[in-house]
Amino acid sequence: MPPVHRSVVYGWLRHDKKFPHVWCPGCGLGILLGSLLRALSQSGLDKNQVVLVSGIGCSGRLPVYVDVGSVHTTHGRALTFATGIKLAKPELTVITVMGDGDATAIGGNHLIHAARRNLDIKTVIINNQTYGMTGGQYSPTTPLGAKATTAPYGHIEPSFDISALSATAGASFVARSTVYHVTQLDQLLGQLIAKPGFGVVEVLSPCHTNFGRQNRLGSQVDMMLEFKKRGVRVERWQKLGPQEREGRYPLGVLVDRQQPSFDDSYQAMAAQAAALRREKQP
Amino acid sequence: MARPRARLLQGNEAISLGALAAGCNFFAGYPITPASEITEIMSRELPALGHPFIQMEDEIASLGACIGASLAGKKAMTATSGPGFSLMQENLGYAAIAEVPLVLVNVMRGGPSTGLPTNVAQGDVQQARWGTHGDHPAIVLCPATVGQCFELTVMAFNWAERFRTPVILLGDEVVAHMREKVALPAPEEVEVIERRQPTVPPDWYVPYKTDGSLIPRLASLGQGYRYHVTGLVHDERGFPTRRPDEVEPFYARLFGKISRHFSDLELVRAFELDDAEVVFIAYGCTARAAQAAVRIGREKGLKLGMLQLLSLWPFPRRPVEEALTGRRMALVPELNMGQISREVKRVNNGRTQVLRHGKMDGNMITPDELLNRLREVK
Repeated sequence: MPPVHRSVVYGWLRHDKKFPHVWCPGCGLGILLGSLLRALSQSGLDKNQVVLVSGIGCSGRLPVYVDVGSVHTTHGRALTFATGIKLAKPELTVITVMGDGDATAIGGNHLIHAARRNLDIKTVIINNQTYGMTGGQYSPTTPLGAKATTAPYGHIEPSFDISALSATAGASFVARSTVYHVTQLDQLLGQLIAKPGFGVVEVLSPCHTNFGRQNRLGSQVDMMLEFKKRGVRVERWQKLGPQEREGRYPLGVLVDRQQPSFDDSYQAMAAQAAALRREKQP
Repeated sequence: MARPRARLLQGNEAISLGALAAGCNFFAGYPITPASEITEIMSRELPALGHPFIQMEDEIASLGACIGASLAGKKAMTATSGPGFSLMQENLGYAAIAEVPLVLVNVMRGGPSTGLPTNVAQGDVQQARWGTHGDHPAIVLCPATVGQCFELTVMAFNWAERFRTPVILLGDEVVAHMREKVALPAPEEVEVIERRQPTVPPDWYVPYKTDGSLIPRLASLGQGYRYHVTGLVHDERGFPTRRPDEVEPFYARLFGKISRHFSDLELVRAFELDDAEVVFIAYGCTARAAQAAVRIGREKGLKLGMLQLLSLWPFPRRPVEEALTGRRMALVPELNMGQISREVKRVNNGRTQVLRHGKMDGNMITPDELLNRLREVK
């Protein structure tokens, strides 16, 4: 992990907010917060020009700790608020942070349409495969067969692959990392911030208090080691056969494509509309 | 001064023009009859003026986008009808607790659910007041003519900005789709209120600390004032709190910023009220029928009068009390089973006899129907 520079702590952490934070000891959200602070600090952005938007759940509490304009919205709706902010002030860098339930269950409709629209919103989805804040119910990413407080006999639904979903829906940038692979996570968040268009970074994270406990996955350290074991860099992943891929997942940049962003298309359309109007009113 | 040029306009057109006259520079919406014309007009006008318009994936997203845009300094509006209004309740509550100015137009049609599309109804009156969970004040305006569509939309924006709160314009299918001749004021004659900005430098800024007005000066996002906006009950700095000594003052301020201006917010229009023995208390399209009934009745020598409610919430208690005092009877016609007549009865306190005239068959109440009803109850 890179050293914690004074510029990160004093530059981007919100100091008038009381600590300690709300998350359980061992939660990955603190690691994501640190990573995001470092990526922002490295980005060269003016913090007056950054807005951080979240939904509801454990992840919803993240923006309050960052010294930017922060908006803690309703459950699943972070992307809708972010859309309004970005359209109103295109010069702002708008980043959303959501959980798996927030982004792909209640907010699933907003996620696919934000990706399709390709408005320049940077989205971080922290995936702990459960609803942590409400007590460990199953989410759209809970694995088949896993236990949850609402799946006491084992989960019977197939799960979403958040990165594949975002890519299929049209995102310009899609990457996956885990809170174990912090150096990679720092880099990917940096790339996300720099990339125009709609981008998603999926961050796998342990919820040892709920998901881990119910599924006897051990301590948070054991769950972190699982990420180390199962996560494979995408370059290596491409060389693996189907059998070697079993139970593992690719990490790194999965999609990086150039396509017209909503911002650019809108400005072109608005210019055309204004020109038409001038013609009509000589 | 040049006489304003009269135009033939539809209610929904007048709402759109009123919004633009009031400075509306953001619209997000989702198609629904009988409100779609507003969304269509804004999709034509806003891009040509260089402002954002977007059709979102649903009504929840539409209001979410409006809140985001308003936080970034825009004057935002959305327009919908019953089913969409139900979906918007979640974010409407957010706008109330986070004190986000915006205008929500709900053009009422028959409900519940898909109901009676798209016949007229007035069934969303109580939903406009109590539709969200939790308790908070609401400002709801209700036009009965195309001219009022324009005027009340301007007023909705001005009050949203002044009080930092969502304001609901409660139209109905008849008024929204009706065409009338109206003379709109010139743009420079329209009074436009802008929201107050912080006067202190960012380092001294405490976003929700207010002066005597109880209304916070919230900076727009990206203006150098970095603060936290949340749907949680928050302290003066905007951070979540559960301390009773912070929660109680928070709610007191949220209600107080509206309740101390009740007298400003009571909008009514009296018609032939002075010597009336029987008074109609009416609103929206039903006020048109009541006014016609007054006119016809007066020709026959009946002393009828009408009080039209232009603001439904906060309920205009004092003007209604005055209108009820000294009358033989009051009749409240409405296209629901008693959503406003119950309020009238509540404030009546024995002043006179209050009768409701509810109708739910998808059609307007006619003047004859009201006059017949008066003959029956005599």
